[in-house]
Amino acid sequence: MRTFIQYLFLFLMSSASTLSHAGEWSGFAGLEFRGFNQTAQDSRQDHDTNFSFVFEPEYYHEWDDGDQSIAFVPYVRVDENDNERTHFDIRELTYLKVAEHWELRLGIRKVFWGVTEFQHLVDIINQTDLVENLDTEDKLGQPMLNLALINDWGTVDLFVMPYFRERYFPGTSGRLRSIPETRQDRSQFESAAKEKHIDLAARYSHYIGDWDFGLSHFYGTSRDPRLLLSTDSGGNPFLIPFYDIINQTSADIQTTKGNMLWKFEALHRSGQGTTYNALAGGFEYTFVGIMDSALDLGVLSEYHYDDRDELSTSIFQDDIAIGARLAFNDVQSSEALIGLVWDKDNGGKFFNIEASRRLGDDWLLELQGRFFFNQKRRDPAFTVSRDDYSELFLSYNF
Amino acid sequence: MKTILILPILLTLLLNTAYAETPEEKGLAIANEADKRDTGWTDQVADMSMMLKNKQGDSSTRVMRITTFEVPGDGDKSLITFDSPKDIKGTAFLSHTHSLTPDDQWLYLPALKRVKRISSSNKSGPFVGSEYAYEDLSSQEVEKYKYKWLRDETLNGRDSFVIERFPQYEHSGYTRQIVWLDKEMYQPLQLEFFDRKNSQLKTLQFLDYKQYLDQYWRPGSMQMTNHQTGKSTTLSWTDYKFKNGLSDRDFDKNTLKRAR
Repeated sequence: MRTFIQYLFLFLMSSASTLSHAGEWSGFAGLEFRGFNQTAQDSRQDHDTNFSFVFEPEYYHEWDDGDQSIAFVPYVRVDENDNERTHFDIRELTYLKVAEHWELRLGIRKVFWGVTEFQHLVDIINQTDLVENLDTEDKLGQPMLNLALINDWGTVDLFVMPYFRERYFPGTSGRLRSIPETRQDRSQFESAAKEKHIDLAARYSHYIGDWDFGLSHFYGTSRDPRLLLSTDSGGNPFLIPFYDIINQTSADIQTTKGNMLWKFEALHRSGQGTTYNALAGGFEYTFVGIMDSALDLGVLSEYHYDDRDELSTSIFQDDIAIGARLAFNDVQSSEALIGLVWDKDNGGKFFNIEASRRLGDDWLLELQGRFFFNQKRRDPAFTVSRDDYSELFLSYNF
Repeated sequence: MKTILILPILLTLLLNTAYAETPEEKGLAIANEADKRDTGWTDQVADMSMMLKNKQGDSSTRVMRITTFEVPGDGDKSLITFDSPKDIKGTAFLSHTHSLTPDDQWLYLPALKRVKRISSSNKSGPFVGSEYAYEDLSSQEVEKYKYKWLRDETLNGRDSFVIERFPQYEHSGYTRQIVWLDKEMYQPLQLEFFDRKNSQLKTLQFLDYKQYLDQYWRPGSMQMTNHQTGKSTTLSWTDYKFKNGLSDRDFDKNTLKRAR
């Protein structure tokens, strides 16, 4: 990994030195506070409040009329209680070349696939930065070569990923972790090449009228590991992340009919235990300008299914999700989102609230709450069932 | 012999039609002429800043870059990229507008690197908290309205046509608009908006027109005042550039995805 980054850095710096004028810096710095309602399941998770500081600057420079550019986005979090949550990552360090019929990207970056809201089922290129948030929307930068071929009949994206990023798990004292603890330092791989296995992916995406769709295939190291139970020399149990080599074919489709959005994602995966299928689908309908105001109210519902049933490592194996999104359309861009995920099999429930509002021109205040109800011992969500929390995040954007 | 008889009849008919042009026909003819005069610019790049003011005088600014691509026979394509407020920097909005069918619209969220197809029915909603609705800023195609010429009038010393126009889009936030169209430029000087209850909602004034490429008139600023809330939004346009050699490719989802 280090050598890859060093080479890339040298390459980018040498191209940067040929540039006529300097690029621009932007980014944010923020302070996060979390309060937990209950004491944790494991006495070593010995805190009910937690402060965390994050900093994400972004450098961007383009030349050649914008047809060539570099971007550099480092990320650092310093956490009060969890040593594993204190971490550094390069979210992006990319060279981009744009031509009429293709785009080439070389470096570390993030790619998003999919359309659904409660779970990003088919999104697989990047590893989840799980110490950041349970919602799996924070990702580790993925080193890659990506060639996009742009045609009238759609875009074909080809990916070669020479280095795999292991998932980051919360440390011993961290909240919102598995019990027993998952130890990243004991990771195992199906491939003898371990994290140097070359992963490959291809995606075709296009839109016709009000239908947007993508078909993808991924071959390589599974981003979500199986967790194997083991014991250390002292007889204490812990979980080993095991990374299989998988093949995954997926589709994601959205159709936009007036104020109604229909969304569907499905995948077929082999190589990780039994071959399985999973799907996520639903709708989002927006009531525009409710009660003669500027407010928009969106209601959404999705069904998530995974045919491994109880063996699933996902918390979405037979779940119904409902939510509401409120956009105030005011000067401060105030927004709120609430969601409830209900496990049809065992009755477990997960309640989620997110809200944000700009303060002045440069500050953003975000509120988040995640609450677990009636989680059953066999559900993957059980180990965090005493980790209900509320979070305030204040960031300065520049 | 027959042709000689028919010709005067035809002429009378033609003259009569011209003479008896209804206010609706005259309104449409003026709209067509304005559209014709503003055709052929191919593509346009400009910087726009938006100053939002409330009744108390508190203000807030948004800065964005707008590129537009002329599509003959259909609505234009446009890409809006935000520079500020800083928390939405890099957020971009791609729109393929159509005269009569719903627009195709996508939003790019830079934090998630996610492109989202969004509903285009939401044309009456406020654009980034301003006094402008999406429909006020989208491409003005002749087919989007029915017209009625009201009178000729001098506004701020400029001779203008006063035309009433009725949005044909069923989800429009307006029953009607009254436009003061400058007789020399064939560009609007002032626009009054009437809400769904037909009461006066907003007035938009176009200021500091300049001519580009010896043909195309563009305003330097546009001031929207909401009479019902006392709020206002002033748009300032800078660095207009035309015929930059842009193509459809500059307005596709791949380009949206690399907005910065």
